[in-house]
Amino acid sequence: MIEVENIHKSFGDAHVLKGISTTFSKGKTNLIIGQSGSGKTVFLKCLLGLFTPEEGVIRYDGKDYSKLSPEERRNLRQEMGMVFQGSALFDSMTVEGNVRFPLEMFTKQAKSEMQDRVDFVLKRVNLVDAHDRFPAEISGGMQKRVAIARAIVMNPKYLFCDEPNSGLDPKTAILIDNLIHEITEEYDITTVINTHDMNSVMEIGKKIIFLKDGLKAWEGTNKEIFRTDNEAVTNFVYSSDLFKKVRQMYIEERN
Amino acid sequence: MNYLASIGSYAIMIIEVFKKPTKWRIMKPLIFKEIDELIFNSLGIIIFISFFIGGVVAIQTALNLTNPIIPKNLIAFTTRQSVILEFSPTFVSIIMAGKVGSYITSSIGTMRVTEQIDALEVMGVNALNYLVFPKIVAMLFYPFAIAISMYVGILGGWMAGVFGGFLTSADFVAGLQLEFIPYHVTYAFIKTLVFALVIATIPSFHGFFMKGGALEVGKASTTAFVWTSVTIIILNYILTQLLLG
Repeated sequence: MIEVENIHKSFGDAHVLKGISTTFSKGKTNLIIGQSGSGKTVFLKCLLGLFTPEEGVIRYDGKDYSKLSPEERRNLRQEMGMVFQGSALFDSMTVEGNVRFPLEMFTKQAKSEMQDRVDFVLKRVNLVDAHDRFPAEISGGMQKRVAIARAIVMNPKYLFCDEPNSGLDPKTAILIDNLIHEITEEYDITTVINTHDMNSVMEIGKKIIFLKDGLKAWEGTNKEIFRTDNEAVTNFVYSSDLFKKVRQMYIEERN
Repeated sequence: MNYLASIGSYAIMIIEVFKKPTKWRIMKPLIFKEIDELIFNSLGIIIFISFFIGGVVAIQTALNLTNPIIPKNLIAFTTRQSVILEFSPTFVSIIMAGKVGSYITSSIGTMRVTEQIDALEVMGVNALNYLVFPKIVAMLFYPFAIAISMYVGILGGWMAGVFGGFLTSADFVAGLQLEFIPYHVTYAFIKTLVFALVIATIPSFHGFFMKGGALEVGKASTTAFVWTSVTIIILNYILTQLLLG
């Protein structure tokens, strides 16, 4: 579980996060949504420890990040997995090399043990015949799956995903969403996903927080988001014609 | 003020490079890869340029020695001094600032743009140690490349002088041995080693801390080349004053 209390983050004169508080539960897919510039990425980078908030507290299973020693922070980071928007695979390494990298870096496992683990996670993300291929030789969807495999290879307690299905076709996007959701439940991980994608919101949004201008404007589930009267949320959710029609149908059905 | 901040950030980066070292099992292949990329892949251009510059120095010296009382072996003497003292350590280093420096900035900068550096940091890897340390170690072999440059430069001078009909081979060899001061070679290698560290670290700094996209990677490479060259030229003056002055 991750608890966030009143975090603030500024860059020069720009006050990006203006006091966000929330809780991300274990075994659930927690989504952060909001328009571009609302502070989602900065918030996610604060959770990852890449940015240090000027004010506020972030607790990982009760441990206050700001009070951890550098060694404890490094250990905590080894319990985190991250799927970046552009996958961020190391392009000089093969698919297998990318997935094996955290194991080589942080464990003392024998080569055969590492190989078993790499084979297992690649199979888990449905990639069985891409071991020796380089990131540039595989599709965007496969790259995302490799990124997920790399993120879970160390059995993380926390999984963070920044726009995991951006740039993917709708079918592949749903596959990636489902994969993240399954892994979250299967391994009881605290997963936080930063997304714009309303399909993700509908499919896997067990908890959603909506950010607007650096503040938490709304919090709820994928069932509640279509019923809320919060204007900022409805403006965001129904900005697409498709969802306007869905809402219209919902209202008609209700009446 | 920005310059001072950059110098401070550069100093902090150098300290960070040596903190929390990566496992030797992972670091060893990275070092070999960088030696191959930065040193062996540069030998072709170093040999090519050194050979012809050595030849040009010999020809220009020969053409300017019109007074018959000046001995011909001065051509070899001048070639040797120019190549060992200045051309190989300094001129070749500026060329390497372009070739190796732009490779370093663009490779690290591309990793920054594609979030690969963020991925390393999220994992808890000291990205500066992982990316920059192998380049520093590889560049410690740079003096060997400069030794080859010196040898080839003098060979170029010998070929241009002898086959151009400016002096005999015996005169050239005599000129090479004339008033030879071994310390000049030491001075040249001290300079080379300092320049090697500059070539490894300044482009790394510009790549690692760059912001933006693909266009900025190109700009960072250009900026890195300018600052590496400027630093080499300033350090060349300071080291010459300290070591020979």
